[in-house]
Amino acid sequence: MSTRRDFLRAGMLIGGASLLPKWARADGGGGNVPRSPFLRPFAQDLPVPPVVQPSAPFATQRQVPPGAVFNQMRIREVQEKVHPDLPPTTLWGYQDVNQPNTRIYPGHTFVGRQGQPRVVRFQNELPANHRGFGVPNMVVHRHGGNQASEDDGFPLDLFHPGESRDFVWTDHVEDDRDVTQGTLWYHDHLIDFTAQNVYHGLAGFYIRYSDVDTGDETRPGRTGLRLPSAPFDVALLIQDRVFNFDGSLFYDLDQHDGMLGDTFLVNGAVQPVFRVKRRKYRFRLLNGANARVWSLALSNGMPFTQIGTEGGFLEFPLQRTDLLIGMAERIEFILDFTNVPQGTQITLENRLRQDDGRGPSGDFDHPDLSVRVPLLRFDVDGTAPDASVIPARLRDPSPADPFPPVNQRHFEFQRSNGAWQINGKFFDGARVDANPRLDDIEIWTFKNGGGGWWHPIHVHLSSFEILKRNGRTPPPFERAMKETVLLGPGDEVQMRMKFQNFRGRYVFHCHNVEHEDLAMMGRFDSI
Amino acid sequence: MISNRTLYTHTGRKVHFYDDLVRGKVVTVNLAYTRCVGSCPAGFAKLATLQSMLGDAPGKDMFMYTLTLDPEHDTPRVLREARKEYGAGPGWTFLTGSYDAIDEVRRSLGMFDPDPKVDADRSQHSGLLVLGNDPMGRWCRVPLGFKTEQIFDAVRRVRLPASEW
Repeated sequence: MSTRRDFLRAGMLIGGASLLPKWARADGGGGNVPRSPFLRPFAQDLPVPPVVQPSAPFATQRQVPPGAVFNQMRIREVQEKVHPDLPPTTLWGYQDVNQPNTRIYPGHTFVGRQGQPRVVRFQNELPANHRGFGVPNMVVHRHGGNQASEDDGFPLDLFHPGESRDFVWTDHVEDDRDVTQGTLWYHDHLIDFTAQNVYHGLAGFYIRYSDVDTGDETRPGRTGLRLPSAPFDVALLIQDRVFNFDGSLFYDLDQHDGMLGDTFLVNGAVQPVFRVKRRKYRFRLLNGANARVWSLALSNGMPFTQIGTEGGFLEFPLQRTDLLIGMAERIEFILDFTNVPQGTQITLENRLRQDDGRGPSGDFDHPDLSVRVPLLRFDVDGTAPDASVIPARLRDPSPADPFPPVNQRHFEFQRSNGAWQINGKFFDGARVDANPRLDDIEIWTFKNGGGGWWHPIHVHLSSFEILKRNGRTPPPFERAMKETVLLGPGDEVQMRMKFQNFRGRYVFHCHNVEHEDLAMMGRFDSI
Repeated sequence: MISNRTLYTHTGRKVHFYDDLVRGKVVTVNLAYTRCVGSCPAGFAKLATLQSMLGDAPGKDMFMYTLTLDPEHDTPRVLREARKEYGAGPGWTFLTGSYDAIDEVRRSLGMFDPDPKVDADRSQHSGLLVLGNDPMGRWCRVPLGFKTEQIFDAVRRVRLPASEW
């Protein structure tokens, strides 16, 4: 006789959204959330967002760095189909002005290079009289970027519908530890409403190359690697959502623990298909969900070769079969389809059970891998030349610090009467919770305050290195620069921090964006 | 979906929560009870300050609601006394009702803990102030532990058109 769990596994693997049991639904059983309509998996191709093209230089109040590229982006409301069987969905997105007739969810992809500065104008064209969840006042945060405070998206630095704001992203070479940081993203960061606005679709990639990671597998240059390059270098944004039968997004305004969806999207399409050639691919995986942690595996047991995190490359490529990824984290990996027979179908699946906004079942070291939800199917079809190489070594080891750290700071992330605190304090944009000096080495400790909640903590301005996870050396997949770290139940993580280049006000916060909106955020001023 | 269960105001008037108190209005909702010695007294004091900062808006442009978690004790009469004590003006209504109705209303606003043990412990009750602008469909919430100025700013952001933030 089959067990309930067997039934669930089979149902979820085959079906998708509508067969999800109550525990996998968005309200954790609270009863407020409707069920999305059934949508056939693998009914459409994986969308690849257009690359943002240069615009003519424009007059700006900002100081323009020499040699800057100019871009103009519109923030718009559009109707787009996320599945062939679902009526169009009203979405918000970021669109390059040069490419007006293109999908804008996810936002168009910036492709940059270390040392190449950029001036970007974002024009807010959202409807001023918008009704429903989300607020059309915009704050653009380039997540993972080392940028001036006024270019970072402080949650109160908003611009209204009909207004624009210019951002200067210098992309200067920070130091040798960060040169390979290649997968950034940008998203909304509005005070109190980040979760609702991001859920509306406001997220896109910012890819960055360097002299080491050249972006051309055929021309690595003097110092470069030969990693798979475009069109075999593909960014994947994974998200969950709830849809109404009319195609509109459903967001539960009455729950505050973390919005989960019962429908799974990759690059804005429900469970798509990606036709791949028999060669190597580089993937940049971003967990853009509001509150869902995933653990990804391939249906045929094929391993991922992880090469990096959101902060840069690992020292050595690492074979993994399960990729645990918290909200806002990125994992870069290579899949080699060279020896996979023509016609093979391989599914990228989520294995991690999560019932509500608290986080998944299990803990960081032992996540509950008891479900199988398909996200994306790779259909192996044809061949293509492959000049790419997976190097034995991706970067030099991090140099030892010649001087001891000058400061230690401890932050505990806690629940308090239904809201969220850091060290017993709610977010206050007028209060400075830490004031690290530029270029000092500090040791920061993040501790999960308990209750079974998970918190992915993101620090703006500069990346960090994890020194200890629960008193031990971090697992190999976290031995790279990071700017978001996942705190599972009971976790305590110690990090080496070094803030660089820009003095000003910044934030660090939980990237369960509902927790962030409910005050689990601190301000730090780099001085 | 916000609950439309029957509640009673501090004057004993029977109301349907959504239809009579929320529909078409800008509202704030919090949970409290008059015998509470934990977070409630500070919350009441903060709401009283907020009420005065909002000037003549409460009762006109917006409505403040405090829902008791202790209906057995917090009868309309007890709530009237509490209103006096905290200087509640005409735009600030205290509400009571059956345990069942109160439970449904607070759950529909997300004011519960997913851990049943924590949720059953009244001393750990939700310290959120739910802010809603029903005509615009704009809802958010802030901790009552915020500084009053922060709560005032959040109320302002919920009340005003986006262009006036």
